[in-house]
Amino acid sequence: MTDLNSLKYTDEHEWIALEGDVATVGITDYAADKLGDVVYVDLPGVGSSVSAGDVCGEIESTKSVGELYAPLTGEVLEVNDDVVADPSLVNADAFAGWLIRLRVTPSDVDGLLDRAAYVALTGGEE
Amino acid sequence: MTDPAVSHGSALPRETPLAARHRALGASFTDFGGWSMPVRYTSDLAEHHAVRRAAGIFDISHMAELTVEGPGAGAFLDHALAGRLSTLPVGKAKYSLLLAESGGIIDDLIVYRLADERFFVVANAGNRTPVADALVARAAGFDVDVVDATDDWALIAVQGPAAREIVERTAGLGGFGRPLADLPYYAATDADFHGAAVLVARTGYTGEDGFELYIAADRAEELWDALTEAGEPSGLVPAGLAARDTLRLEAGMPLYGHELSLDILPVQAGLGRVVAIDKASFVGKGALESVVAADAPVLVGLTSEGRRAGRAGYAVLDADGATVGEVTSGALSPTLGHPIALAFVSPAHAAVGTELALDVRGTRIPATVTELPFYRRTK
Repeated sequence: MTDLNSLKYTDEHEWIALEGDVATVGITDYAADKLGDVVYVDLPGVGSSVSAGDVCGEIESTKSVGELYAPLTGEVLEVNDDVVADPSLVNADAFAGWLIRLRVTPSDVDGLLDRAAYVALTGGEE
Repeated sequence: MTDPAVSHGSALPRETPLAARHRALGASFTDFGGWSMPVRYTSDLAEHHAVRRAAGIFDISHMAELTVEGPGAGAFLDHALAGRLSTLPVGKAKYSLLLAESGGIIDDLIVYRLADERFFVVANAGNRTPVADALVARAAGFDVDVVDATDDWALIAVQGPAAREIVERTAGLGGFGRPLADLPYYAATDADFHGAAVLVARTGYTGEDGFELYIAADRAEELWDALTEAGEPSGLVPAGLAARDTLRLEAGMPLYGHELSLDILPVQAGLGRVVAIDKASFVGKGALESVVAADAPVLVGLTSEGRRAGRAGYAVLDADGATVGEVTSGALSPTLGHPIALAFVSPAHAAVGTELALDVRGTRIPATVTELPFYRRTK
């Protein structure tokens, strides 16, 4: 069970778990619910660099296409091949179905939202 | 990430008589045609597959209903609509178009003939006002009353191979004017539900067998509950607009605002058969009789491999990368497992088998012009 209060969030509906200088990134269950069944994810290549706020991937559902924004600047260390092969994992458990891992500057996460701020952003829906 | 569904419109949408049921079922809602409608209850895909394999129940009470009544009703509809309605037998339904003088499409409609001098016209939710306004204006000079009865009616669709057995065994629903087994596609019959009049039509928007049931708005919850209970052993699930959209797309059915609009002539959308051009006169006839531009884009089906679907607004490219059309609807087909799309393309690129491409956000995805519908049920 993921402790949602230990995560950071963005207003683009991503969650970020920081361990040392490695940030694991996914989309929130709120975003997954709004998207509907995820059928395709396009993620950045391992070794590529991403910049905070830039589009670095896509998440398609049956209904719509969402863009994945890099929540932090850093290098892509790993992508979740399980989710690429079976995108429905994002709907099954958005906090387990992580998308990418980035090497980041740990202090950068201070600029992200905490749980309370994110829940307020989504109108109290969890 | 950014998702258009996350944003909220400012105008307050209306709720259907079944809104409390949807909330109790945990539905997600979306604004559609001025209404707050269930977009999904659990999973778009599960709801889609349930309709193909068993059955789904949809609240489509947002649809607009108008009654057309009087000695001149048939002649009036022949004048107001593109099709010939005056010869429609009582108890039958017909798909038709309401055209502007320009020949463009104001809406696509289903018209039921309930009696010699009484018709029931069902329009898209978002077109309620233009349809009502056009019909009222066109009624001048005809002995007919046009009444917008949308607020009186709820509409529940039961769609899927198990639809008939479910409707037949629904507790309290009976008195069918004719047995459902004998009710042809695009026909309707009266029924009774605990004293409430129900119109049961063998129509739908999914490509499956199914029924659409019209009932007084204040009896809708009761009928929803009875249908749901009767459907449980057959695998009936509530299904939202997301599944309705992928189902109709697989069935090659147009959606107003995507494939149909004021800027599209019926023949461009493949709906020439709906127009009774030999009628002496009807609104739009003059424009349709003039020559359609030889390069006017036409509606085609496109299929691709992989999982990335074209979406409304994406460019369609020819082999040289030149833009030859635009996607109007697209999705990864849940039933077929590959992307499908409807698109308007130039006639030179519209032949079945033509190899084209979709510009999917900068990536070229090959797409082949395919015969419609993408999916046809086995009978």
